[in-house]
Parts: sequence; structure tokens; C-alpha cells
Amino acid sequence: MTSVREWIDSGRHAVAERWHNAPRWMRWAVIAAVIVFFYALPNREFYQWLGPIPTTGSNFGQVLFTVSIYVLLAVGLNIVVGFAGLLDLGYFGFFAVGAYTVAVLTSPSSDLKTLWPWLLALPVALVLTMVSGVMLGTPTLRLRGDYLAIVTLGFAEMIRVAATASDFLKGQRGFNQIPHPPGSYSDGKPIFGVLDPRPYYWLVLTLIILVVIGVRNLNRSRVGRAWISIREDEDAAQLMGVPTFKFKLWAFASGAFIGGLAGALFAGKQNFVSSQNLELLNSIIILAAVILGGSGNIVGAIVGGGLVAYLIERFRGIEFFGVELYEYRFMFFGLVLVVMMIFRPQGLIPNRRRAAEFKDRRKEVIVGG
Amino acid sequence: MTTLLEIEDVSLLYGRIKALHGISLTVNEGEIVALIGANGAGKSTTMRAISGIRPVASGRIRFNGEDITKLRADLRVRRGLCQAPEGRGIFPGMTVLENLDMGAYTRRDRAEVGKDLAKVLDLFPRLAERRKQVGGTLSGGEQQMLAVGRALMSRPKLLLLDEPSMGLAPMLIQQIFSIITEINEQGTTILLVEQNAQQALARAHRAYVLETGRIVKEGTGSELLHDPAVKEAYLGVA
Ligand SMILES: Nc1ncnc2c1ncn2[C@@H]1O[C@H](COP(=O)(O)OP(=O)(O)O)[C@@H](O)[C@H]1O
Ligand SMILES: [Mg+2]
Repeated sequence: MTSVREWIDSGRHAVAERWHNAPRWMRWAVIAAVIVFFYALPNREFYQWLGPIPTTGSNFGQVLFTVSIYVLLAVGLNIVVGFAGLLDLGYFGFFAVGAYTVAVLTSPSSDLKTLWPWLLALPVALVLTMVSGVMLGTPTLRLRGDYLAIVTLGFAEMIRVAATASDFLKGQRGFNQIPHPPGSYSDGKPIFGVLDPRPYYWLVLTLIILVVIGVRNLNRSRVGRAWISIREDEDAAQLMGVPTFKFKLWAFASGAFIGGLAGALFAGKQNFVSSQNLELLNSIIILAAVILGGSGNIVGAIVGGGLVAYLIERFRGIEFFGVELYEYRFMFFGLVLVVMMIFRPQGLIPNRRRAAEFKDRRKEVIVGG
Repeated sequence: MTTLLEIEDVSLLYGRIKALHGISLTVNEGEIVALIGANGAGKSTTMRAISGIRPVASGRIRFNGEDITKLRADLRVRRGLCQAPEGRGIFPGMTVLENLDMGAYTRRDRAEVGKDLAKVLDLFPRLAERRKQVGGTLSGGEQQMLAVGRALMSRPKLLLLDEPSMGLAPMLIQQIFSIITEINEQGTTILLVEQNAQQALARAHRAYVLETGRIVKEGTGSELLHDPAVKEAYLGVA
């Protein structure tokens, strides 16, 4: 087993080496090709050549939209978990705040009857999610470790219960006729309609690219260095003059912002938001995606989020000895996670530092025991 | 002689457990002051109170004429107070250079930081050799040096060192203590916590003895070095 691992590792190192040593233009060319590939992906003329990759059980464009939302969520959660090292078990709660804010402000089912357009509700949703992130983070981020995990878990569950039980949030009946994002083609037809999921996917894809550029710059700045130091040793970070609380709150609020963005986009696409969209499991899936991909690495988060969401959808409609695989999707993920934790705890595409941190912690365990 | 650090009747609690029972000590500018005591006496706790990692229950801490009792830890660093934490308190995933750079986190004078980096690498040639290596893969001694070097990068007025000789081979202990003296001679005031009382007292201008959260003795380094009770309890001489 070790030899297989070493073989995989050496292969990965060779790829990583190649990538880092490649000339700048070549790296940009590869990135551009990947981006073009993903923009082209939802077109039948393109994906019909891709063999078993397109889904059979459901519309591939719709699947890609779902996958892109998960990727956006994974990129956001990666800031919190991967960069700052804060365990957030209720990240999907921020998605809910974003989606419900849009729903309440725009839907005719809402008691407010404000009937705002989507684009007007969007900034309100973003600000509200950030505020909820700050409100949740302020009391808990002063404490260490486990408290945050418990409080965030409670937060997501509280939102689910509130959405299910309160009249204002409409329970399972939900909010309908949530307006779509604005924009129309030259012939007057709206870009964002009911039938074609592709424009939504392209919109989310574009936002992912923008968010990734922003997050990457942030992570390479003083803010990023502060996050890494907090993740590696919070006391030491403080002793070096890093205002740890402030930066943890920053990470938490930035993550919340991106979660809220994903929720608002989802509401604008789906037309309909109800408490059934708020499964606790979603938080866990996103966390699993980040860990699977390689916590602390943006590319890892993208790959993890994409892979997890895609595989879940891929299972739909596939029967195996008479049972639908989709029904067993979570068992499968549990299994994959367990295997990952044993053989590759740093994730598929780990962050260089994270690998060293894991080794360091292992050494500590040995020394301590 | 001006007083740089003044601790007055400071108590500190861990939950219900009182770890410091009203301790008082002073550090004057230019001194090396040693704080010695057995394992669990409260030496690291005293350091935590000074650097602000743990809030004090009562008492006052003054630094450079300012009351910093309630000041946040990161702001104390900006005032010129920097601690090299006990044991492996370095950033394991960062390289030696990145660790040292974190030491200068609060500073904006990049040119001066560059000069200080050269000085630190001069002081610790081992670190210079391993500048690109990640901290977690350094040996225990190298990690200690890195922790001291990193604290120096903040250009502190007062350097707090928590057991810099812990777990080191005898030769390395000698080396780290001469470096401490050298740092002091270059103008940095030092508060040194040690279990290695012999070395600490030999190098210190003044020293305090801590027992179960109380200061039980103080004097110059050589006074304590020749004190019969100290000899028996901390120097292993009957
Ligand atoms: N985080 C903590 N929580 C509870 N008790 C602690 C903690 N840290 C230290 N102590 C206790 O406080 C006392 C002093 O510890 P410490 O300052 O680490 O001693 P020293 O550094 O002199 O060996 C010890 O009894 C220790 O068990
Ligand atoms: Mg100690």
C-alpha cells in the first residue's frame, strides 16, 4: 500500500514540479484552456464528444449549475477552514441566509410584498449574510476550537428550524415566483429564463473566476499570512503581533459573504425556495468537499467541490442490481472520506504548508504519547 | 537606571485554579533578568501574563511607563514587547525565512527589517543554512533558535524568552546562552525564564525565584548562585 502511495505521490510531485517550472505563458495557456473548456461544457455540440461524462439521469446544464454552486461554496468555505483553520460545521446556513433574503424581498408569496427585482435584493442579501457571519463570529471566535464547530452547527440547524416552523418564512410551502437576474438578448428574450439552465451556469462560473482572483490576492497579502499563522499556531501568531480575533472574523465574514452569494444565485435560478432546500447534510457535503480536495488550496477546493457535487448527480438514474445508486450516495461519500483520512488526510491537491503541519502534528502525537 | 517592565501584585487564574498569587517583579533597561523555578511553578504563566496571552485576575503591569494590564497581546508587541514561546512555538508549515518574516509582522520599515534579518542570520548561522526549510522539519535546537530569532525580528525593547535551552544538548545550551548574552550586549533587555538555573543565574544581572506561583527570593545573579537554599533546590548541590 505504501508503495502505491509513494508512486502516486511521486507522480503528483512530478506534475507539481512541471507546473511550477513551466514558463509563465504556458501556465496561462493551460488556465485559459481549462476556462474555455468549462464555458463550452454545457453545450450539447461539445459534450456529446465526452463519452460518459455528461449525466444521463438529468439535464446536463442543470447538473453543471448545481455543481458550480457547490464549487463556489467550497471556495468560500476553504477560506474559513483551509486558510484560517476554523472549523465551520454550519456553512450552509449562510447559503440559507442569502437565498431567504432574496426570497423574502422579491417573492409575491412574501408577507413584505416588496416585490423587489433580484438585482436589488442581491446586495442586501450579501450584506445580511456578512452581518450574520460577524454576529455569529464575534462571541465565538474569541473562544478556541470546538466552540465554533458547535455554534456554527447550531446556527445552521436554527435557521432550518426557523424556516420550517415560522409563518414568515413559509415552511415547506416556500416562496415562489422569485424573479430571475436581469438581462435580455438582442431579440428581447430574457437571458435568464426558466428553460435554459446554461446562462445561470455561465454566470456562476464567471463569479467563481472573479471570487478566485480576489481570494488568491487576499491570501497572498498580509491578510493571508495572518491566516496561515493563526491556523498553524494561534498563540504564536498573537505573540508576533497578529490581531488574531480580527483576522478570524475577517475569514469568517468573507466565507459567509461567498456562501450568501451562492444562496442568492440559487434563489434567482430556482424561482422557489423552501425549507426543503436546507438539509443539514449540505454543510457536511461542502466540508467534505474542501477536505477531499485539499484544505487550504484554492484549486483543491474547486476540484473537491466539483467532484463531490458532480458524482452525487452522476449517480442519479443509474441502477446497479436493481437499486438506484443515488440512494446510496452518502454511504459512498462516507466511505471515500474514511479512505481519504487514512491514506491522504491532506487531501487530493494539498497545500504545501498543510502537509508539513500534518507531519508536525503527527510528531507531536508520538512525542506526547 | 530606568524601569522598563514593572509587575505589581499580579494574580492569574486558570478557571478556578490560581496559578499566580500576587507576584511582583521589575526589569530595568539593559538588564538580563532571570526567573527560575521548578516545573509547574508558574514561569510560563508569568510570561503569558506579560505578553497578554492570558488575562490577569488582579494586579498591574506597566511597560515603558504605560499601564498595559488590559492591553491586547498584539498591541503589546507593537509597544516593543516580544516573546519567544516555550518549546516548539514556531510555525511548522512556514520556511525559516517566512517564520522570521512573521516576527516582523508589525513593522513597516522594510529596509530596517532587511538589516535585522541579516543580523539574525549572522547570529544563527544554522538558520541561514536552512532558510528555505520548513520549520516543522528542523531539529529541536534549530526550532529554539528560530523562535528566538523570530522574536528578535520585531526589534523588541524587551525580549521574553521562555526556556530557550529546553531539551537541548549541553553544547547547544552553551551556545544559546552566549547568544542571549550577545543579544543583550547589543542593547536588548531580556527577561529569561529557565529551569537551567546554573546557566541562567550566571548570565543574569538579577534574578527571581518562583515557587508555586509566588516569588520567594530575589537578588543579583551571583547572590542567588551562592545562596545555600537556591543551591540545594535548583543547582543540585547538597
Ligand atoms: N492552560 C492551563 N490550564 C490550567 N492549568 C494550567 C494551564 N497552564 C498551566 N497550568 C497550571 O499552572 C501551573 C503553572 O504552570 P506553568 O506556568 O506552565 O509552569 P512552568 O512554566 O513554571 O513550568 C501548573 O500547575 C500548571 O499545571
Ligand atoms: Mg513553562
